[in-house]
Amino acid sequence: MGGEEERRPKLIQGNEACAEGAIAAGCRFYAGYPITPSSEIAEVLSYRLPAVGGTFIQMEDEIASLGAVIGASLAGVKAMTATSGPGFSLMQEHIGFACMAEVPCVIVNVMRGGPSTGLPTSPSQGDVQQARWGTHGDHPIIALTPWSVRECFELTVRAFNLSEKYRTPVILLMDEVVGHMRENVVLPDPSSLEIFDRVKPSVPPEWYIPYEDTSFGVPPMAPFGEGYRYHVTGLTHDVRGFPTLREDEIEPFMARLFRKIWSHLDDIQTWDTFQMEDADICIVAYGSVARAAKRAVLEAREKGKKVGLVRLITIWPFCRRAIEEALKGCKVFLVPEMNMGQISREVKRVVRGRGEVLTVSKALGRLLTPNEILEPILEESR
Amino acid sequence: MAAQRYEVRFSGTGGQGVVLAGMILAEAAGLFGGRHVVQTVSYGPQVRGGNSNAEVVISEEEIDHPKPIALDLLVPFTQQGCDEGAKLLKPKGIVLLDPEMVTQMPEGWIAPLPLKRIALEATGKGQMANIVSLGAIAVLCPHVTIEAMRMAVRERAPRGLEEIFLKALDAGYSVADSMREKITFREAPSPED
Repeated sequence: MGGEEERRPKLIQGNEACAEGAIAAGCRFYAGYPITPSSEIAEVLSYRLPAVGGTFIQMEDEIASLGAVIGASLAGVKAMTATSGPGFSLMQEHIGFACMAEVPCVIVNVMRGGPSTGLPTSPSQGDVQQARWGTHGDHPIIALTPWSVRECFELTVRAFNLSEKYRTPVILLMDEVVGHMRENVVLPDPSSLEIFDRVKPSVPPEWYIPYEDTSFGVPPMAPFGEGYRYHVTGLTHDVRGFPTLREDEIEPFMARLFRKIWSHLDDIQTWDTFQMEDADICIVAYGSVARAAKRAVLEAREKGKKVGLVRLITIWPFCRRAIEEALKGCKVFLVPEMNMGQISREVKRVVRGRGEVLTVSKALGRLLTPNEILEPILEESR
Repeated sequence: MAAQRYEVRFSGTGGQGVVLAGMILAEAAGLFGGRHVVQTVSYGPQVRGGNSNAEVVISEEEIDHPKPIALDLLVPFTQQGCDEGAKLLKPKGIVLLDPEMVTQMPEGWIAPLPLKRIALEATGKGQMANIVSLGAIAVLCPHVTIEAMRMAVRERAPRGLEEIFLKALDAGYSVADSMREKITFREAPSPED
């Protein structure tokens, strides 16, 4: 790895880059059930993982897939699965389990048209709110949205790092365009990457308290099989991992579950801006749609409109500060999405009447065009 | 003005090598021509049949919107692919087509080339029409040379079939070079026709 040959640009797919990112991040276990448009991730890992001493299993369904991933992670192995909408629906219960038991894992959802089997070969962004609220009960979640082949690699690495650091499932929300798109890219040298591995206990097994609070909010995690015996359950539990009904144990547990994410937003949230310096109209976009939006910004500028772009890279927790920043100069927001308006409601929630929020919400099974995004802008300023 | 984009669509049905052609063009322009490229696909959920497109955007600068906005070149292998793609053509966009595969030609600039017959004569395999079309594209597209196309074909061709693939490519190139001046503007058929 890292030789001259490796650094030559290659024409690869977003899905392939995601699989390579997983290997580079240290993922050594994949369990999944192939589904369009995510299948290439499984295909590549089916030969890449055994080649690096990892494990690949094709499971009977997506419920079992995430179950196997959680088991592998508890045994100390970085693990992931990949799917699309229908499989993501089946995984929801286990996503909640991973939140509750604080098991690091990465779930890739290459979004296609829905609901149900919907438009299997077509792009969509219809699972954005499902990624946030698909599993029941109050829980924080981290989700990332790449817009290019190179970013599929980078954000897969980041997804693993965040999941290891915060002991939480991390969702990589791709879409069919990004997953199937090929670009000529030079992938980062794996040896140059910053890789975070979960913190293990430094105390002997008999002193280990598996869910004890720390100043960081994330308890060290002992891999099963190394002598640290502890109880893992989906039931609300005390610091030793056993079920509890005591308010004085439930309250600090729930508080820590949220605190470990909310007190580290600086580390978790990233977004990008383009031509926002003097903008009075702000486009908020993510995934492949942000590429159409970037072009719309350039075309609007040619027509003398001061338009800028805020591109969400971390989509959950929602980057409130990105919108607050934009509100200093912008009174009009435009949210184009390949769904019926799932992130625009978040933007409206933050803007709270301090500006106007326009939407381009189309779930047609194709990427929005720059013109479709431009239209309301030109109308707005007549 | 935003960077000049050169946009190509290969259009056909499952099994005609539409995606392979798109990948080879993208590699020729991107890896061997030093251009930025984005190649995307669109097809239906059926295993066989149905319309299948591979699209390539080529630019000297970084590419934002990954899908074609207006096509410079359309390469249809079916009538349906031609009819649908023609609506996306630039005013001076060219349609590279085999008159035997696409019998009803659209209005616009047409480069007719018997892709299937050339493939058959050069390699004995009519299904190499997609590779023959790449030879012609090396003439028509300013972002790729035949040398770059040869390198890309050699890398992508299945093991042991490299020479046959190259034969098909060169056959397309040699015929297309002399065809260049035959690209003609075809008026829309008038109601009297």
